[in-house]
Amino acid sequence: MTVPSLLTTADLDRLIRMLADGGYTCVGPALRDGAIVYDEIGGVADLPAGWTDVQDAGRYRLERRGDGALFGYNVGAHSWKKYLFPPAEQLWRIPRATDTIRPLTPPQHPVRHAFIGVRGCDLAAIGIQGRVFGHGEHGDGRYAARRDAAFVVAVNCTMAGGTCFCTSMGTGPAAGPGYDLALTELVDADRHGFVVDAGSERGAALLERLACPAAGDAEIADARARVDETAGRMGRTLATDGLREVLLRQLDSPHWDEVGERCLACANCTLVCPTCFCSSVEDVSDLDGSHAERWRRWDSCFNPGFSHIHGGEVRNSTGARYRQWLTHKLATWHDQFGTSGCVGCGRCVTWCPVGIDLTAEAARLREREDSA
Amino acid sequence: MAAATERACGTSPLLPHAWRVAEAWRETGDVVTLALEPAAGDGACDWQPGQFNMLYAFGVGEVPISVSGGTSRRLLHTIREVGPVTRALGALAPGSIVGLRGPFGTAWPLREARGRDLVIAAGGIGLAPLRALIDTVCRERDAFGQVAVLYGTRSPADQLYGPDLDRWRRAGLQVEMTVDHADVDWRGPVGVVTSLVRRVRSDGQRTTAFLCGPEIMMRFMARELEQAGVADSHVWVSLERNMQCATGHCGHCQLGPVFVCADGPVFAWQHVRRLLTVRAL
Repeated sequence: MTVPSLLTTADLDRLIRMLADGGYTCVGPALRDGAIVYDEIGGVADLPAGWTDVQDAGRYRLERRGDGALFGYNVGAHSWKKYLFPPAEQLWRIPRATDTIRPLTPPQHPVRHAFIGVRGCDLAAIGIQGRVFGHGEHGDGRYAARRDAAFVVAVNCTMAGGTCFCTSMGTGPAAGPGYDLALTELVDADRHGFVVDAGSERGAALLERLACPAAGDAEIADARARVDETAGRMGRTLATDGLREVLLRQLDSPHWDEVGERCLACANCTLVCPTCFCSSVEDVSDLDGSHAERWRRWDSCFNPGFSHIHGGEVRNSTGARYRQWLTHKLATWHDQFGTSGCVGCGRCVTWCPVGIDLTAEAARLREREDSA
Repeated sequence: MAAATERACGTSPLLPHAWRVAEAWRETGDVVTLALEPAAGDGACDWQPGQFNMLYAFGVGEVPISVSGGTSRRLLHTIREVGPVTRALGALAPGSIVGLRGPFGTAWPLREARGRDLVIAAGGIGLAPLRALIDTVCRERDAFGQVAVLYGTRSPADQLYGPDLDRWRRAGLQVEMTVDHADVDWRGPVGVVTSLVRRVRSDGQRTTAFLCGPEIMMRFMARELEQAGVADSHVWVSLERNMQCATGHCGHCQLGPVFVCADGPVFAWQHVRRLLTVRAL
């Protein structure tokens, strides 16, 4: 492994431009309509410098930080899954013919994305979705192709948000394996720089072309200390010990219907979740019937029709749908894919319009079992 | 768990292939059987009893339908018309084209049941996924001991496969039928299909059971069989859930930890019995 480099903001700008010159479409955090989302960026000028987010259950606000930090916030409603698992994707189209059905697949325009600012939780989520789509006899190769083409610039978190609990899930605040480059931002009154590690050969090659000075021992230690301190400042915690078993023993608990009384079944949690992967197939045809298309669109286990079979919905109450979501995320995901489906990003807590908090509901189910 | 067979119907599991309706006939007032043959010369579908295909009606949509008989180049699919897609499929005339993806899912583990007595119990349209299994048993009749087919429907008019039921009797199978509501010509028993278990001559200890029907019917049938001494590891059920991708990626068919489309639809009762006792799971 190469020695970490020390970059200035101008160096980071050069890095983004080098990626763009290398054919990557660079996407990263950007300020839009009072929130930080992921969108195309051309350089550091497009990053939300000096902004931070204040998050709690059902609450998200931007505030000024009082410095020029480029990554001084946590995650917003968007996640990188919109690039790797598009919200709507045409699977095929079939021209009408009397003697055959010949599906035409849309031409693949492989967009190579460079993701700028991937947090540890989200890098773990990308790995989890990779396992989901690669799973089984008929793996979906499109996810892997997009993931493999993507260049990942991770950011180690030096602050934790009000709904963050990556420490509980073991996914952050330092980004785990899978990045090409990982930045730790050092911002003080008298300096602004980034300690940058390479995690892949292409990352190391890019760092070498940037030709920045090696980071000193003091800077490396400082960067590490800021990330380590962040681990102790999570806004939420989730006790994962034996959680799968607790939840699976509580399938008949009245607690699900109590959550169902509060839950609006709006599906926000599943849409903002970086690991939720459920989709629906939608068949459409044009008005003159000359061709038909099949689209895959994000769906949610909170939608009433999600479990429909003839005769009605299998999960016919909001409580049953919440139970499906929570037990899938925290329990049966282990059976299916070998890990939790939760990375501790806190999005589902922040973006729930009524502030239902997954960590609190899991804790409550554990208490109910203990007091039973 | 029964292993899925290798796909033989094309390259991408997401792309439908053209099959032609060779014959179509009405089984009951709302059930149609389609005999499908590949529209292209080299098409084939190497299925096993218990597996299903995704059938696509052009411009309308796609549904999972079990293979109920035939060969790799002539597939029988028995379809109950309950929604827009199944109604569109049921209205197809011979010569029409359908899209087909498959086969998907697990098969009935008949090989493991050789040498044993069999109870094959169906409710309503649930006989369709069992039909090819029963035909295989008839062809290999000597490989099994006592074989009972228990079949319950709402009314005599809802009974599928009349000629097959006679053929199975002639092949030495015990075929017992019951209805929820009799008509004037019905001379058989009236009541739920579980009430037929006491007519079965097989030995519970030596019995493997294959069940397909409404979940409540399979739950009570499994309980009845257990009381008759059948081990839950020898009871197999075929489950139904909303299926859209059939490859275990869209999430609709989940039941607890399982993806019914890929881990099933055929499951050992011991693996799913707890899941099926939880309401609305």
